[in-house]
Amino acid sequence: MRQGIMSNKVEFELVSPERLLVSQPVDMVVVPGTEGYFGVLYDHIPVMATLRSGVIDIYEGNRVADRIFIDGGFCEVSHTTCTVLVETAIKLVDIDPAKAQQEYENLKEDLEDAKTEIERTAIGERLEIARTKVESVTGQPVKL
Amino acid sequence: MPSLKDLKNRIASVKSTQKITAAMKMVAASKLRRAQEQAEATRPYAERISHMLETVAPYYYDVDTGPRLVIGTGSDAVQLLIVITSDRGLCGGFNSSIVRESRRRIQQLQADGKTVKLICVGRKGRDQLKRDYGKLIVHSYEDLGKPRLSFADAETITERVLAMYEGGEYDVCSVVYNRFKSVISQIVTIQQLVPVPAPPPKASLENPDEGPTYEFEPDEETLLTKLVPRNLSFQIYRALLESAASEQGARMSAMDNATRNASDMINKLTLNYNRTRQAVITKELIEIISGAEAL
Repeated sequence: MRQGIMSNKVEFELVSPERLLVSQPVDMVVVPGTEGYFGVLYDHIPVMATLRSGVIDIYEGNRVADRIFIDGGFCEVSHTTCTVLVETAIKLVDIDPAKAQQEYENLKEDLEDAKTEIERTAIGERLEIARTKVESVTGQPVKL
Repeated sequence: MPSLKDLKNRIASVKSTQKITAAMKMVAASKLRRAQEQAEATRPYAERISHMLETVAPYYYDVDTGPRLVIGTGSDAVQLLIVITSDRGLCGGFNSSIVRESRRRIQQLQADGKTVKLICVGRKGRDQLKRDYGKLIVHSYEDLGKPRLSFADAETITERVLAMYEGGEYDVCSVVYNRFKSVISQIVTIQQLVPVPAPPPKASLENPDEGPTYEFEPDEETLLTKLVPRNLSFQIYRALLESAASEQGARMSAMDNATRNASDMINKLTLNYNRTRQAVITKELIEIISGAEAL
């Protein structure tokens, strides 16, 4: 162990272009990697990964201390730190399920109205984010 | 010679102008503080994203697998300039210095036989460039970042820049903006965005013992193709923030000058007013005395 038994916590940082959102030592953090969720504990091997939209779970002991929804981004893990770069992040408890559902429905309509291929891909990406948002907040899978 | 009443009116009007410029200075000062704080808040992200880019940097030079945004189109015939100015005036040489530098750049590029396209951010720059280079302007943005500049504003520009690149509408893209150095000094900066300039090679590549070796997920290439556009948005976001801070700084010093000029003017006018007043009194006295003597 690099720093001894006493400090086997991961320095977790959540950064958006606009500011440093979270910076705190945590016992474990679970992030939504493009190829599946992965947990980061102390002394994890160094990894750089892309993240998809989903929920970051911050663990204190065996308890989930905080759940944060992100719209995708990047993650850099070293032995003692876990840094997540995102565009927007919002605490799960702050999301209004009705609004998220509405956003999803609106985007679905937009996708049907989209004319060009470029428009369709752009809206498709946002729709995917909206869908995971609804799923995360309700805990129920959304039918496509 | 102006009459006493005229002088009085002028003093009053200069005084009220001075009040306005002083108030504008105060407003600019507080906006400047906010803009500076916002610019400072981007620092953690900047450090981390450039660290990530440097780590995947070896793949920058791979002509076969590198993303087009990095390796370029292999030509520099069509140049896109993003000119960042403000929407409002009364900020000294802020906009004119940007426009002057842009003109110089455009002329230089055109002399080299290149095609130039412009994206104008901010009303002032567009208005000034429209006269000579109206045909080159492909798009312009106004009232961006009101009431507060957000990352999403930069994203809207990036989306267009990327779409144009995908459509093969240009080869090289640069941004012209004012970099904030201090309240009295803003530096006109031209920064190339596309193709992405290569970052300095990281020291740990030469000494593999230093720093951890990373595993990449899903792989280096995917990571890079996602990182590069995000970094592009971030660079534009930073340029917008720098420009916003510079604008307020320039306005603050311009208004400070104006306020000081106004007080000089008031002093001169007051002196003039008092002299005239005394002259009038003297004249009246002479008239009375000579009138009395004549009797």
